[in-house]
Amino acid sequence: MNQTIWLTLILFSPAVAAAVIALLPRENKALARWAAFAASLIPLALTLLVWFAFDAAPVAEAGYKFVERRVWYAAIGSAYHLGVDGLSLTMVLLTTLLTPLAILASFSVEEKVNAYMALFLFLETGMLGVFLSLDLLLFFVFWEIGLVPMYFLINQWGSEKGERELWGGMKVSARTYASFKFMIYTMAGSLGLLLAIQLLGVVNQTFDLPSIVAQWNSLSNSDTLLGGWASVGAVKTWAFWAFVIAFAIKVPVWPFHTWLPDAHTEAPTAGSMILAGVLLKLGAYGFLRFVLPLYPEQSNQYAGVLAGLATMAIIFGAFAAYGQKDFKRLVAYSSVNHMGFVVLGIAAAARAAGTLDANVALNGAVLQMFNHGLSAAGMFFLVGVIYERLHTRDLDAYGGFFPKVPVYGGILIFTSMASLGLPGLNGFISEFLVVRGSWPIFTFWTALSMLGLLFTGAYILKGIAKTLHGPENHEAAHHLTEINTRELWVIAPLMALMLWLGVLPGWLLGVINNAMQALFG
Amino acid sequence: MNLTEIITWLLPLPPLLAFGLIVLFTNKNNRLSHSLAVGAAALSFLGSAFVLAQAFTTEHLGENPIASRLPWLPVGGGTLDVGVLIDPLSAVTLAFVAVTVLMIFIYSVGYHNFGQPVGDHDHKGLPPHGAKEHGHAVPSIEPMYARFFAFIGLFAFGMYTLVVSDNLLTLFVGWEIMGLCSYLLIGFWFGKESAREAAKKAFMTTRVGDVFMLLGVVYLYSAAGTLSFREILFNEEMLNHLATTPSWFGLSAAGLIGILLFIGTIGKSAQFPLHVWLPDAMEGPTPVSAMIHAATMVSAGVYMVARLFPLLSAGWHEGGALTPAMTAMSVIGAFTALFAATIAVAQNDIKRVLAYSTISQLGYMVAALGIGAFVAAVFHLVTHAFFKALLFLGSGSVIHGMEHGVLHTGDHKVDPQNMWNMGGLAGKMPTTFWTFLVGGMALSGFPLITAGFWSKDEILADAWGNGHVVVFGVLALSALLTAFYTMRQITLTFLGKPRTKEAEHAHETPLTMTGPLMVLAVFAIAAGWVGIPEHFPFIGGVLPNWFHEFVGGTLLEHPHAVDFDPIPLFTSLGVALGGLLLGYLVYREAKTDPLKKVLGPVHRVLENKYYMDELYDWAFVRPSRRIAHDFAYMFVDRNLIDGFLHAVGELSYWLGGFFREKFDRPVVNGFGDWVADTAQWFGNAIRKVQSGSIQQYMLLSMLLAFIGVFFYLWVLQP
Repeated sequence: MNQTIWLTLILFSPAVAAAVIALLPRENKALARWAAFAASLIPLALTLLVWFAFDAAPVAEAGYKFVERRVWYAAIGSAYHLGVDGLSLTMVLLTTLLTPLAILASFSVEEKVNAYMALFLFLETGMLGVFLSLDLLLFFVFWEIGLVPMYFLINQWGSEKGERELWGGMKVSARTYASFKFMIYTMAGSLGLLLAIQLLGVVNQTFDLPSIVAQWNSLSNSDTLLGGWASVGAVKTWAFWAFVIAFAIKVPVWPFHTWLPDAHTEAPTAGSMILAGVLLKLGAYGFLRFVLPLYPEQSNQYAGVLAGLATMAIIFGAFAAYGQKDFKRLVAYSSVNHMGFVVLGIAAAARAAGTLDANVALNGAVLQMFNHGLSAAGMFFLVGVIYERLHTRDLDAYGGFFPKVPVYGGILIFTSMASLGLPGLNGFISEFLVVRGSWPIFTFWTALSMLGLLFTGAYILKGIAKTLHGPENHEAAHHLTEINTRELWVIAPLMALMLWLGVLPGWLLGVINNAMQALFG
Repeated sequence: MNLTEIITWLLPLPPLLAFGLIVLFTNKNNRLSHSLAVGAAALSFLGSAFVLAQAFTTEHLGENPIASRLPWLPVGGGTLDVGVLIDPLSAVTLAFVAVTVLMIFIYSVGYHNFGQPVGDHDHKGLPPHGAKEHGHAVPSIEPMYARFFAFIGLFAFGMYTLVVSDNLLTLFVGWEIMGLCSYLLIGFWFGKESAREAAKKAFMTTRVGDVFMLLGVVYLYSAAGTLSFREILFNEEMLNHLATTPSWFGLSAAGLIGILLFIGTIGKSAQFPLHVWLPDAMEGPTPVSAMIHAATMVSAGVYMVARLFPLLSAGWHEGGALTPAMTAMSVIGAFTALFAATIAVAQNDIKRVLAYSTISQLGYMVAALGIGAFVAAVFHLVTHAFFKALLFLGSGSVIHGMEHGVLHTGDHKVDPQNMWNMGGLAGKMPTTFWTFLVGGMALSGFPLITAGFWSKDEILADAWGNGHVVVFGVLALSALLTAFYTMRQITLTFLGKPRTKEAEHAHETPLTMTGPLMVLAVFAIAAGWVGIPEHFPFIGGVLPNWFHEFVGGTLLEHPHAVDFDPIPLFTSLGVALGGLLLGYLVYREAKTDPLKKVLGPVHRVLENKYYMDELYDWAFVRPSRRIAHDFAYMFVDRNLIDGFLHAVGELSYWLGGFFREKFDRPVVNGFGDWVADTAQWFGNAIRKVQSGSIQQYMLLSMLLAFIGVFFYLWVLQP
C-alpha cells in the first residue's frame, strides 16, 4: 500500500515546534511568540495542500485518504493508523486554522511565554491526533493528551480574579476550580470510554477502526461474548453508553455542561478560543466517527433521548446565556446553545439513518461544528480584547463604547450576528439544514428548540446593547482603546470566512456532503 | 442567461456595495458616502426600470416570468438551487420599492442636514442639537451621517433580495437582513434609552414571528422537496398534494405551513398581537420610519403572504369556504385594522399616529388576502407604499420645520413631534402641507382622485361581493376611523393658527426633502389609475383595469373581478367623506382633545394602547429575565447540577479522608510501621553482637565454624 507522510507531518510538526520553543531563551519573548506563530503556520499550509489534493480526488472513491499505517503495538492489534475523510479533514482544517489565530491572539501574554506557546502547540498535536486517528487506542491516547496542556493553560494563565466556594466554606481560586473541574469531568467520561475501547479490542482482536466497524456490525445480537457471559446486544449497549457519556461530556450535552462555562470563562483568551473552537468539536466528532458507525442500532434506539437533551441544551443554554452579567460567561453559554443544534442533527441522523433528512441533518451538524468554531472563537477573542483593556468582564461595567471604538463595535456586531445565525453569514445555513433535517424526524423537539433560537436573539442583543450602546460608562470608556492591528489580523480571517461560508458554502458543504453520504449512505 | 436576467440578479448589489464601501473606506467623507448610497439606489432604480419595462411588455408574464437559477447548496445527491424571478407580483412590488427607496435616500441627505456645520455639543448616538453660526442657532449635521447611509444601503439590499428571490430561502435571507437593519436603524440614536429599547423590541418581536416562519420554511421544504415558488405555487399537482397531506392539529400540510409562515408576517407586518414594535420603531430617524413602514419591512410581510397565496388558499375556490390559514388571516387582519385605528385616534405624536395607521392598513391587506381578494390586497400594498412613504417623509419634514422653531426659541423642552405644539403650518411649509394633504387624502380614501380610494374600495367591494359581511363591516368602520384621525392630524398640524412660538417660526425644508415629497405625491394619486374597475360608473372603462389583468396573472387560475355593486361604493364614499368632515369639525378650533371628555376612561385606555406593552412586560419580558438568571442559571446549573457535582466531589473528598484515617493509617501504615518496628526491634536486639571487639568476633566465627564442621560431618554425612 502506498504510504504518504503528510498526515504525520501535520500531526507532529506542532509537537516538534513545541519542544524547540520550550528550549528557546526565556528572556526573548518576541522570539518565542513569532517562532510559535510561524510554527503554527506549517500545519496550516500542509492542511491546505492536503485539502486541495483531497478536493481533486474523485467523489466515487469514498473512504479514507492519505492513509498511513505503521506497526505500533502489534501484540494487541493496535497500529499507528491515520487517515482523513471529508469529516476529519474539515475538523483538521478548523484546528490548523484556529491555532495560528489563537497564538497571534496570545501575543499579549507576558508570563512564561515559552511554556505557554509550547503547551499551545502541544495541544494542537493532541487535537489533531483525535481527528486523524483511525485506531481506537491511538485515538484515546490523543484524546487524553489534549487535556494536559489545556489544564495548565487554564490553571496557570487563566484569569487572576475570582474564587469559588466549595463545601464547608473551602475556597479556591476560580481558575483552579475551573481547570480542575474541566480535567476531572473529562477524565470521568474517559474512564468508561477506555473500558469500552478495551472491550471492543478484546472482542474484535484489533483496535483498527475500519476493521472493527466491519466485523462488529456483522455480529448477531443473540450471540454471546466474553466467554458466554453476555450477549452481543448487551455488550453493545454498555459500550454504546460508555462512548456516549464520554462524548456527551465533551460536547457538552445538557446536563453535562457545567464545566464549560467555568473553563471557558477562566481560560486565557486564546484558550477559550480553542476550547470553544475545537475542543468541543472533539465530542461531536466522536459521535459521528465512532458512535453512529459502531452502534447504529443503539443509536437509533436512544436517538430520542439525545434529541431531547439537545433541545434542553439549546433552550437552557440560551436562557442561561441571557441570564449572565459576565460577558465571557454569556459567550460560553452560547456554545452550549449552539452545540445543541449539532447534537440535534446527529440525533436525527441516528434515528433515520440513510434518508435524505438524515443526510441534510448531518450536513448541517458538521457545518455547524465548523461555523461555531469560527464564530465562537471570534466572540471569545472579542471579549478578550475588551478584557485586556478594562480587566473586567462585568457587562454592567461596560456601556456606550460604540462612539469610542467604532471599528471594534462594527466587528462585534458582525461576529455576534454570525453567532446569532443571521442569514448571509455562516451560522444560518448550518442551523437551517439541521432544523430542516430534524423537523420530519423529531418534530416536537425541533419545534421546541425554536424557543432557544428566539432567546439566542435575546442574549446576543444583550451583549451588544450592554457593550456598545447604552449610557457611556466614562470610567471604562476612558481606558478603552480601539482594536489594534495585530488584533485585526486575528479577527479578519474569521470574519472573511464567516461571510464567505454564509454566501457561498458550497466548497465546504460539498466535501462534507460527500463524506456524509459515504459514511451514512 | 440573457441581459434582463443578469440585470435582475444584479439589482440588489449596488446598495450592498455602497454599504461595504462606506463602512470600509469612505466613512470619514460624508459627501462621498451619500453619493455612493444615493448613486447605488439610483442604479438599482434604473436597473429595475429596465427589468420592469421588459416585464410589463411581456404577454402573460405569469406564465413566462423572467427567471434564472443557479445551484447553491449541495444536499444529498442533488443541489438546492436559488434564483431570481420577476412575475407580475414581484414586478409591481419591485416598482414601488425602487421608487420609494430612491426617494427616501435622496430625502435623507436633507433630513440629516447635509451642508450644515458640525454641532457644538453633538455626540455620536444622539440626534444633532444644532450649532451656533454667526450668532444664530442653525441645525447641525448628523454626527454619524455616513454610517446612516451605509445602514440604509444594507436595508435596501435586503428588500431587493427579498423581492427578486424565486424561492423562500433567499426571501428569508432578505427578510432577516432587514430585521438586522431595522435593529441598527431604530437604535441609530442609541444614546437615547427609548431608541435602544425600541430597537431591541423590534428585533425580538419580529423574531418571535421569524422562528415560526423558519419552521414553516423547513416544513415546506421537507413536504414539497423544494422551496422554489414556481415549483410549489404554480403547480396544481403540488398544491393538491400539500392540501391533501394530513398534518398535526387536524390541518393539512398546506394549512399548517401556511399558518406557520403567516405568523412570520404577523411579526414582520406588525399584526395583532405582535404589533407592539412598530409604533416604537419611530424612535429611529424619520427616513428609517419611511423605509420600515412603506418601502421595505412591513411591506415584505404582506408581500410574503401574497406570494404564498396559492399555498395559503390551496383547496379553496372562489366563493367556497375559506381554508384555516385564510380564516386566520381574515380574522387577524380585520381585527388589527380596527384595533390599530382606535389607538391612532388617541395619539398625539405625529409619527405615532402614522405608525398605527400603518398597522391598520396592513390589517386591511392581510384581511383582503384572507378573504381571497388577492389582487385588491396587492393593489393596496402598492398604493399604501407610496402614500405612506409620502406621509412619513412629510411628517419628517414637519418635525424638521418644528426643530427650526425650537432652535430659534431655544426652548428644548418643546416636543417637535407633538401635534398639539403645531398648528397653522400650512402657511409656513406650503409644499409639505400640500403633499401631506395628498398623502392624507389617499390614506383616508378620498374618492376618485386618490390611489388609496381605488385600492381600499376594491377590498371593500370584494368583501361585500363574496359575502364576508363581518369583515366588510369591520373594515368599513376602520376606514371611517382612518379618515377621522387623518383629518385630525392634518387639522392639528397644518390648519388653524400656530399654538406655540416654535410653530410660528417653523419654515419650509430644503429641496432635497420637498422634492421626494412631490414625486411621491404624484404616485399617491396616479398609482390608483391603473386599477379602476371596468364597470365603475362614468369613469370605469376609460382606462383599462390593467392592474387586475396583470397581477391576476400571478396565479394559476386568473381571479375574476368582482361585479359592481353600489353598496360597497357608497359605503366607502360615506366613511371617507364622513370621517374627514368629522375630523375637521371636531379639531377645527380645539385647544385640547375633545375626545378626552367624550370617551372618558376609554380614551386613557386608547392613549395607552390598551396597555399591551405593560401586559407583555409583565407576562413575558420580566418572567423571561427571571427564568434566565434565577432558574436556568442559578437554580438549574449552579444549584442543581453543580450542587450534584460538588456533592460527588465532597463525597470523594470525604471518602479519601475516610480511607486515609480508617484504612491507610491504621491498616496500611500500621502494617508498614509494624514491619519497620519489628525490624528495628530485631536490629536493636542483635546489635549487641556488634561490639567492635576483634577478639569477640574471632571467638564467634570460631564457634560458627566449629558448629558448621560438626553439622557437616555428623548430620549431612551419616
